[in-house]
Amino acid sequence: MSFLSWAPAGAPPLAAPADDGPGNPWFSWQYVRDNSDIILDKLGFHVGITIETVIIALLVAVPLAVLAYWIKPLTGPILALSGILYTIPSLALLALLAPLLGATSRVPVLIALVLYALLIVVRNALTGLTQVPDEVRDAAAGMGYGRYGRLWRVELPLALPGIVTGLRLATVSTVALVTIGSIIGNGGLGDLILGGFANNFYKAEILTGTVLCVALALVLDLALAGFGRLLTPWSRRRAS
Amino acid sequence: MSYFSDGITWLNDPLNWTNPGGLLDRLREHLVISFWAVLIGCVVALPLGIWLGHRGRGGGLVITVANLTRAIPTLALLTILPLTALGFGKLPVIVALAVFAVPPLLANAYTGLQAVDPETKDAAKGMGLSGGQLLRRVELPLSVPYLAAGLRTAAVQVVATATLATFVNGGGLGQIITAGFGLGISVGGGQIVAGGIAVVVLALLVEGIFALVERLVTPRPLRSVRRRKVAAADPAG
Repeated sequence: MSFLSWAPAGAPPLAAPADDGPGNPWFSWQYVRDNSDIILDKLGFHVGITIETVIIALLVAVPLAVLAYWIKPLTGPILALSGILYTIPSLALLALLAPLLGATSRVPVLIALVLYALLIVVRNALTGLTQVPDEVRDAAAGMGYGRYGRLWRVELPLALPGIVTGLRLATVSTVALVTIGSIIGNGGLGDLILGGFANNFYKAEILTGTVLCVALALVLDLALAGFGRLLTPWSRRRAS
Repeated sequence: MSYFSDGITWLNDPLNWTNPGGLLDRLREHLVISFWAVLIGCVVALPLGIWLGHRGRGGGLVITVANLTRAIPTLALLTILPLTALGFGKLPVIVALAVFAVPPLLANAYTGLQAVDPETKDAAKGMGLSGGQLLRRVELPLSVPYLAAGLRTAAVQVVATATLATFVNGGGLGQIITAGFGLGISVGGGQIVAGGIAVVVLALLVEGIFALVERLVTPRPLRSVRRRKVAAADPAG
């Protein structure tokens, strides 16, 4: 008989048991119904910050990629910088940004997300641009296109599949990364995941956050894939 | 940039290194967790990737695994696994990290074996090598650069992601950052920044060390072919 049995009988455990007790199911409609406004609020935050991130990343990354494409010596440094930034853990980046920009605002989360998304889009856009065939470029020059006209009418449209691929990858990983922001209370659905963990390991809250997060990533990915197909009708024709 | 100098001040205090739960303690936890996660990832992913690459099929599976793990938040896996049969403690953290070590290892092993010149394989078969001999004597040596690149990507990714173990009290260097956030920005600001610096330095060190290992294990004739990395890592954690 161990000394544990000397504990006063009938004292309920403080934390919910980690097994599938009746009081702590993995999913509960009751929870979703009772907390629908919070869940929608977090979901809205998640979607908002993701879209904002991807749009900012797109607006900054494409000019950067064009710059690296036009000025070849810049390609190496830009790719190397992106490699180093990739290595920096998101929590560390947040730790370095948050004290500077306000610990409870969403700005540090947004900036960290934009940095990571930026790298993905730059790399893929650059790959797309460098894959434009030389003959095509020659033909465009022969037709009298200048540098900007060629970029706008020929090279960028041909690089679109690469850019869209970059956007899709960036979107999916941004959706997953937003959750890290919950360390400063700005993690969207991550707040639900961490909140459930802190709230006596409330499984329904954790799983609701997780499922919504993965579903959001899939939906946005599919939407972007469809958008990409709409933008590049010629690639569809070639495939069929 | 006073906040940055606060971090340096924190790092300069020897007690912050040697205290129980100080930097050295957390660093050791961090490395132990990362080591086991990478090891488990290797045990699972390398045989599978090598087998798929040898057979020359299953590319769809490799891509699916990579895409799926990208969509699952690390935080979700870290919080869900302790509530399953694994129980609390280091084990669920290690398993969660191992899951994220699998895609780069798998993709690189698969691509490495796929990339072996078919003519070389034909020649080996013509010399009478059996399937196993072909794998051991021709395909594996030729795919060493890919395997090493996969290991490096996985190791860096795991070390970076292990920072998040702190969300579930799993230890590691991230604990310093969360403890700082717990103190509040005005008091713990220096500690937060110091933790951030420590993690960044560790990640870059691991990247450097494994880059060196990658170079050392790559036979000289294979070094000239550059740009081998296939599976770029996700932004860590």
